[in-house]
Amino acid sequence: MGNILSLTTFLPLLGAVILALFLRGDDADAQRNAKWVALVTTVVTFICSLFILTNFDPNNTGFQMVESRDWLLGLQYKMGVDGISILFVMLTTFLMPLVIAACWTVETRVKEYMIAFLVLETLMLGVFLALDLVLFYLFFEAGLIPMFLIIGIWGGKNRIYASFKFFLYTFLGSVLMLVAMVAMFADAGTTDIPTLMTHTFGTENFNVLGVQIVGGMQTLLWLAFFASFAVKMPMWPVHTWLPDAHVQAPTAGSVVLAAILLKMGGYGFLRFSLPMFPVGSEVMGPLVLWLSAIAIVYTSLVALVQDDMKKLIAYSSVAHMGYVTMGIFAVNQQGIDGAIFQMISHGFISGALFLCVGVIYDRMHTREIDAYGGLVNRMPAYALIFMFFTMANVGLPGTSGFVGEFLTLMGIFQVNTWIAVFATSGVILSAAYALWLYRRVVMGDLIKESLKTISDMTTRERAIFAPLVVMTLLLGVYPALVLDIIGPSVAALVDNYDTALATFEAATQFASN
Amino acid sequence: METIILFAPLVGALLCGFGWKFIGEKAAQWTATSMLFLSAILSWVVFLTFDASAHVNGSYTVNLLRWIESGTLSTDWAIKMDRLTAIMLIVITTVSALVHLYSFGYMAHDENFKEGESYRPRFFAYLSFFTFAMLMLVTADNLVQMFFGWEGVGVASYLLIGFYYKKPTANAAAIKAFVVNRVGDFGFALGIFALYLVTDSIKFDDIFAAIPDLQDHTITFMWREWNTLNLIAFLLFIGAMGKSAQLFLHTWLPDAMEGPTPVSALIHAATMVTAGVFLVCRMSPLMEYAPTATSFIVFLGATTAFFAATVGLVQNDIKRVIAYSTCSQLGYMFVAAGLGVYSVAMFHLLTHAFFKAMLFLGAGSVIHAMHHEQDMRNYGGLRHKIPKTFWMMMIGTLAITGVGIPLLYVGFPVGFAGFVSKDAIIESAYAGTNGGYAFWMLVVAALMTSFYSWRLMFLTFYGTPRGDAHTHDHAHESPTIMLVPLYVLALGAIFSGMVWYGSFFSSNDKVGKFFGVPYAEASEHSGEGDHSAADDHAAEEGDHTKAHYNLVGAPGEGAIHNSPDNHVLNDAHEVPVWVKLAPFFAMLAGLGLAYQMYIRRPDWPAKLAAQQAPLYQFLLNKWYFDEIYNFIFIKPALALGRLLWKRGDTDTIDGGINGIAMGIIPFFTRLAGRAQSGYIFSYVFAMVLGIAVLLTWMTLFGGAN
Repeated sequence: MGNILSLTTFLPLLGAVILALFLRGDDADAQRNAKWVALVTTVVTFICSLFILTNFDPNNTGFQMVESRDWLLGLQYKMGVDGISILFVMLTTFLMPLVIAACWTVETRVKEYMIAFLVLETLMLGVFLALDLVLFYLFFEAGLIPMFLIIGIWGGKNRIYASFKFFLYTFLGSVLMLVAMVAMFADAGTTDIPTLMTHTFGTENFNVLGVQIVGGMQTLLWLAFFASFAVKMPMWPVHTWLPDAHVQAPTAGSVVLAAILLKMGGYGFLRFSLPMFPVGSEVMGPLVLWLSAIAIVYTSLVALVQDDMKKLIAYSSVAHMGYVTMGIFAVNQQGIDGAIFQMISHGFISGALFLCVGVIYDRMHTREIDAYGGLVNRMPAYALIFMFFTMANVGLPGTSGFVGEFLTLMGIFQVNTWIAVFATSGVILSAAYALWLYRRVVMGDLIKESLKTISDMTTRERAIFAPLVVMTLLLGVYPALVLDIIGPSVAALVDNYDTALATFEAATQFASN
Repeated sequence: METIILFAPLVGALLCGFGWKFIGEKAAQWTATSMLFLSAILSWVVFLTFDASAHVNGSYTVNLLRWIESGTLSTDWAIKMDRLTAIMLIVITTVSALVHLYSFGYMAHDENFKEGESYRPRFFAYLSFFTFAMLMLVTADNLVQMFFGWEGVGVASYLLIGFYYKKPTANAAAIKAFVVNRVGDFGFALGIFALYLVTDSIKFDDIFAAIPDLQDHTITFMWREWNTLNLIAFLLFIGAMGKSAQLFLHTWLPDAMEGPTPVSALIHAATMVTAGVFLVCRMSPLMEYAPTATSFIVFLGATTAFFAATVGLVQNDIKRVIAYSTCSQLGYMFVAAGLGVYSVAMFHLLTHAFFKAMLFLGAGSVIHAMHHEQDMRNYGGLRHKIPKTFWMMMIGTLAITGVGIPLLYVGFPVGFAGFVSKDAIIESAYAGTNGGYAFWMLVVAALMTSFYSWRLMFLTFYGTPRGDAHTHDHAHESPTIMLVPLYVLALGAIFSGMVWYGSFFSSNDKVGKFFGVPYAEASEHSGEGDHSAADDHAAEEGDHTKAHYNLVGAPGEGAIHNSPDNHVLNDAHEVPVWVKLAPFFAMLAGLGLAYQMYIRRPDWPAKLAAQQAPLYQFLLNKWYFDEIYNFIFIKPALALGRLLWKRGDTDTIDGGINGIAMGIIPFFTRLAGRAQSGYIFSYVFAMVLGIAVLLTWMTLFGGAN
């Protein structure tokens, strides 16, 4: 099993290749076969990833199952997993079969659709597993393409605008990251991520166009990476592409986008920003914290007044990602534990919420909140599931949504009580917008003529939700499942960060003396 | 056994909620109910056999499962059993079991649902789930598990208030309850964070042990330094304000009456709303050293008691009267808790649970009889139609207004439950504030309590029938299954005060023993001057004040804690005679006034309302709290949301930041229009170009170091 990581990563790609090469025709049989091939591929991938999980030793805070071989042009192909990345891998492999199952009713260009998702899975796994800058960048950027296509081809009416907005925002951010990577290579002479994590980048202050840059090169590099990850998260004020993208994306696309793609930003902060540019992080940290606090309050308020279900949930996603960035840049155990937990949990919950919208969109072909009302009368099972995830979304204790929010808030309270107060007020607003949405869609008498024949969830739909319900409850009641795995790695991350800062401060004091 | 008490309701809820399709509606309801009775019986066993002295610090803990662990933060799912928990256990499970039983009758036919709609199992499942969450709250050994229960009961309350989901008012009330409670939870959560910051733990035992070191400790919170304990106590109390519907966060409770009446009895009278009082008592080691915060608690409790009573005077909906009454009585409890007589607060919590649940269930029986008519203006003369309900309501009224024989003491005072416990609070208020604001507010509130309670009785059961004649003709007594719970609660409403007087209010040695707190004979403190007036009357008090004891346990030793200079309980027995008589005469005055206005001269109320129109409207509209909140919170929040969305996101961010991008998009769109895949290749090309640049750089400058 020496190359289990590569195997897991490229299995979906293999499935895509099989589809592309061997599946012919576009009749019902071919469509069904395409879906089954995709489903089987993702399930097998999930099973493979379970081997990664069982072989993983949480107490080893270094990279494990590392694969390294020479690649073209003297570059290294290097993959590895640690406590920070493993759960993102698991999240991806866990969700993809559900995503495939959620596109079961799609009938246009099914083969290509399946290929897009399979390729996307490979690229997403690659992002979380790559241990080389160039490799990471390849996966990170290439991931845009299938997502771009999913929105642009299978999306709603305004899909072209949304897909370009998505593409331009994320791409422009990444360009700066590319520049920074070049600079890093110039400085450290390697693109090996573990080596870079131990490399100390320059911190001497210098002037750019008359502005003094505190933290010097580290701050600049940090900013360049920040440009990319902040857009990806997305953080306020570069979040506006997300609601548009979600609204236009097909259900399955929204699920992947909210549940996995957004987490690349958070993962990036943890993999690059904190360990490689601790001084830069320290200098710019307060900015991130305030942006997070603004994001939580601002987007929650905006969510209150939405009349499109998907947009509302998209804004709620931005608010929840606010907790993540806040927790990360609190840089303490609770903050980062909470941030990772929140990302995993949000993967299940937001995915489920978008699926909830999908269920009724499939039936009524509208996302307008006003078009619904009183669904509980005909869809009791749906009402129950939607209620459950609404409550999870507002962070009810006993669901996974609570643990992440609680830990990040606890982490930030130790750093800055102002931010903590603003962010905590988000729990009030989230309750307001989430329950109000639920009331308008599900509660009340069923009076709209168009809804009189709506049917409750099918067995397939219930089967998709079941694993998500289980995970949300399980992690809410027994969060040790996650915290035990990430704990030691997070502790090491925080330790290294503090050590690096202490060294830096000692050095600056020495210099000023 | 503790585990069974805790999880039986959950099992019942799950079996009932998910299993009814397989076992049938009736069987599902009985499953939930019998689980609750199992839980209730075991709770009484625990309560009666619990011996605080048999355990270290008067408590023991059963660990169930690990919960949140992160760094030094370590939380378990656990059951902490001490006297406070034991009291709450019997309150919760007893009332809940009786309410389950009662619901068989009350929910048998409901006009809000069509024939064939299965709403009953859902109702029972919610009730049982609520009970489970409430039990989690009171058995928590740490603040986070408590928070779990705290929010869990909030959800159950939300679900039950919105039970009639077809009614828009019910839906609105449900959301309001949840969101207003979240405002409280916001404070509660911040309190937990602050406690963790200063004590490095959120377990009660660790926190209490750390309290002595934290006196005079300060913490930076937002714009300034605060005394740590005062700040934390205040933040936690904000949580209590939300859950217990204290002034400013009370607006959800009257609206919560939209839920079915059994819910009002269980959640919005006996159990959930008392969680705030429980929290303050549970945190007594902290509260004792947070004098500023506890002064605020006393002030707010007294004000709420007064405010809610004034509003209760003029309400016409029978359930709203009782709701405001609940709000007011909770104020009493907070006064006691704020003054440091936690046992007295718990005493009133216990007795109030019996008589208030009974009043609600009685009101439910009236409503049931009157075909869901809730407006008292359409009642009248019902005592002959529904005599059993009438007598039960009478017992409840006698209990809440505090009827008893003043100054008679036969080892305990003689009177209904409310008489004993409410007078205990009023006497403590006098002793604790030297006859100050809180005392007078509570006495006035006692007068108004008596007035609105008797007004309710007179309007409902006396006089001539008003309203729809048909409804009156068909008014019928409730079935036995609804009356039995009333009889059981009646026992509590009559006797619970007298039975437990010794354990909760008599003297510190008995209280200390009951709560597992070490006590010692007090050094003479009566020479300090301010108590000398009271001492003159001490001689008349009989034998129960002979020896003074104080609770001397360290924080965390025993279920409640008193600081060394807290003598309120002792002083409360030494108040002047007129203080002891004051609530009694207030009660008589309220009764007399109600009798005058609603029996002798039923034309007076209308005249008075017309004459004092502004005041009447002010009270009828509940001091305009809803309107004010709507104006200063809800509307601005929505307007701000719209502003940020339209002006912020759409105009500024989209218009500004990607204004440049907008120029490019049409170009790309044209490309896309021409060839579906054209733009993909341009993108791939851009990326490949980027990598090519990177590779070139590396080949050329590869040896940079």
